[in-house]
Amino acid sequence: MARKLLIEHAEVEGIASFDIYRKHGGYASVEKALKTMSPEDVVEEVKKSGLRGRGGAGFPTGMKWSFLAKPEGVERHLVCNADESEPGTFKDRYLMEKLPHLLIEGMITSSYALGARSSYIYIRGEFMYILRILEKAIAEAYKNGMLGKNILGSGYDLDLIVTPGGGAYICGEETALLESLEGKRGNPRMKPPFPAVKGLWGNPTVVNNVESIAAVVPIVNHGGESYASIGIERSTGTKLISASGNLVRPGVYEIELGLTVEEFIYGDDYCRGIANGKKLKACVPGGSSVPILPHYLVTKTAAGNDRLMTYESLSEGGFESGSMLGSGGFIVFDEDQCIVRNTWNFARFYAHESCGQCSPCREGTGWMEKVLYRLEHGNGTLEDISLLEDINKKIEGNTICPLGDAAAWPVAAAIRHFRDEFEWHVQSPNEALKRNYGLIKAKLEV
Amino acid sequence: MIKVTIDDVEIEVAQGTTILNAARQVGGEIVPPAMCYYSKLPGTGGKCRTCLVEVAAGSSADPRPMPKLVASCSTTVMDGMIVKNKTSEKVQKNRGGVVEFLLVNHPLDCPVCDQAGECHLQDLGYEHGSAQTRYRENRRTFKAIDIGNKIKLHMNRCILCYRCVAVANQLTDKRVHGVLNRGEHAEISTYIENAIENDFSGNMIDVCPVGALTDKTFRFKSRVWFLKPYEAECACDKCSGKAVVWMFGNEIYRITARKDSYGEVENFEDKAAWICNDCRFDKKDPKKWNLIGPRKIDRHSVISQGKYLTKNDNNPKLLR
Repeated sequence: MARKLLIEHAEVEGIASFDIYRKHGGYASVEKALKTMSPEDVVEEVKKSGLRGRGGAGFPTGMKWSFLAKPEGVERHLVCNADESEPGTFKDRYLMEKLPHLLIEGMITSSYALGARSSYIYIRGEFMYILRILEKAIAEAYKNGMLGKNILGSGYDLDLIVTPGGGAYICGEETALLESLEGKRGNPRMKPPFPAVKGLWGNPTVVNNVESIAAVVPIVNHGGESYASIGIERSTGTKLISASGNLVRPGVYEIELGLTVEEFIYGDDYCRGIANGKKLKACVPGGSSVPILPHYLVTKTAAGNDRLMTYESLSEGGFESGSMLGSGGFIVFDEDQCIVRNTWNFARFYAHESCGQCSPCREGTGWMEKVLYRLEHGNGTLEDISLLEDINKKIEGNTICPLGDAAAWPVAAAIRHFRDEFEWHVQSPNEALKRNYGLIKAKLEV
Repeated sequence: MIKVTIDDVEIEVAQGTTILNAARQVGGEIVPPAMCYYSKLPGTGGKCRTCLVEVAAGSSADPRPMPKLVASCSTTVMDGMIVKNKTSEKVQKNRGGVVEFLLVNHPLDCPVCDQAGECHLQDLGYEHGSAQTRYRENRRTFKAIDIGNKIKLHMNRCILCYRCVAVANQLTDKRVHGVLNRGEHAEISTYIENAIENDFSGNMIDVCPVGALTDKTFRFKSRVWFLKPYEAECACDKCSGKAVVWMFGNEIYRITARKDSYGEVENFEDKAAWICNDCRFDKKDPKKWNLIGPRKIDRHSVISQGKYLTKNDNNPKLLR
């Protein structure tokens, strides 16, 4: 079993309370950082660790931190992005629910490194019960002198505030998150200026994912180099993977980056294979917005190398034959699943979650959803397939924020790898409906 | 001053100028169209994506091309930047795509729309759109509503440029309308059909690039190209009083602000000459206006097709 840095104690009873968390070595990183390290030292350790943003884009966290503008006399902020709503991703929920103090500890250490005096956790509106868990944990941290004025006698003050969003996926985009946090409509901002220069209330701000902030704790505890020794090349450390779909044992796993995909799907320590003895058909390795991989590209890359759970290996082959690690939402489909239906489902999600600010995304996502609905329900034509390809080419890269790309990629990849299934839906709509919905529904729909 | 090349035209502009404004300093064909950017309303732009251009070289210090097309209205120029607009096939293709997206849910009701003839979307559709739509689905529809007693909102036609929201934010004391819902269902509306009542709300009609916001005192009275625009002024204690009155015979049919070739309100004494609702809606009596002369509408659309400035138009005796 691999080393666990984040969720080792997740199943310990009462770990959500301050005392028990402290007994298991909690808040050691705060003590170490505040008493023995300067903020620059902490940033340096994070840089050395090679930690990459765990929210999806994989941007090096240390580099992001060093971009933070530090003008005299201007407040800086750290904002934790806990608006986890990508379909197939549920790692942050697990982490916050089980180990609220790990996130708080990471927030304190990271805020210290960035010189932030007031930090925020922006949590998804649907996670109201986790908000309560976090608030309780924060109150305990205040009571025990880990938050508030003069933390551990170091002279460093920090206030930590949890704010719920209204449940919009778009508010997971960092600038939309900041807008929402300021109390406005959650529309992404134009970039530049980037949040590192002009973020929350116009102050320099760093926005990090829950898991990235939690990963700062082991990095400070064991040192950046020790963290970097795990993993391969530029994919260092451990990563939480939310495995879902037709697996024998779905769930949240902490893996060492560099594990083979084959081991992850079939290994006894991990998902233990496809449920009900079925065969693997396809896999979305990084949350709904990354390209889907057909079965022959899941465990091996197009070049014949073993596919590994790393940023590089999963994207080997570009969009032609690769995908992305993304946020680690590992969705597996068995041979009975319909790719058209699944693609429609994803498209429906993006059409629903588009903020409606810029035209390609607002109109394009809705259009794709409608065309896919038609295809799935037996009313499609062959032209619709090329129409979809054309629409997503015109959305991709032309929008303000990456939601447009996220909506376009899964559709493009599904058509690229499963065109025959789309065509089958057009040519034999009755059979397709029968397979997806059963006989009765098929007769009603057609 | 920094040097920038747009479609092989080299110009010098001030630091901090956007690509779009740099192109407008040259004028003509190389200016990208803009549906949501409005130079007189800070903070607008970036939303419609019709002004996308290709940056073939970022700057002379870093001459790498930018990977994506950029919104020219909100990207500032760098020294040595090379921008391609008309000369880039990629730009034309993607702009065509954006126009198609804008038209996906836009009703083709130009024959009954008051904006026809001076509609920016009409111009764009003519330049980039294809003759047929590929959209087979049902269009999104809304009921037309009154927002205030002088303004009608046809949400069906709205392209969500957010200009009217900016007008309400920047010209009036209190904004009571905004964008509700999200994605395809996003709509401009007031909170529970609140009426928009303030002295400058009428400017929303002027900034609207399509026929979503129309003047209820002019609706369905005439096609704009049948009217003769005259520059006019009046003494007004609320606004500049600089307007264009649109006449048919001796009657004033409608009154708008003076708009330039980009559909933006002209400056007067370095300030945008917005007009107040009294001037716009209530002064339909020609006696209340001092007519200066015919207004040349510097637009390429149907409204300016060769019917202005005849010999008689220049004759001051025949003006009234």
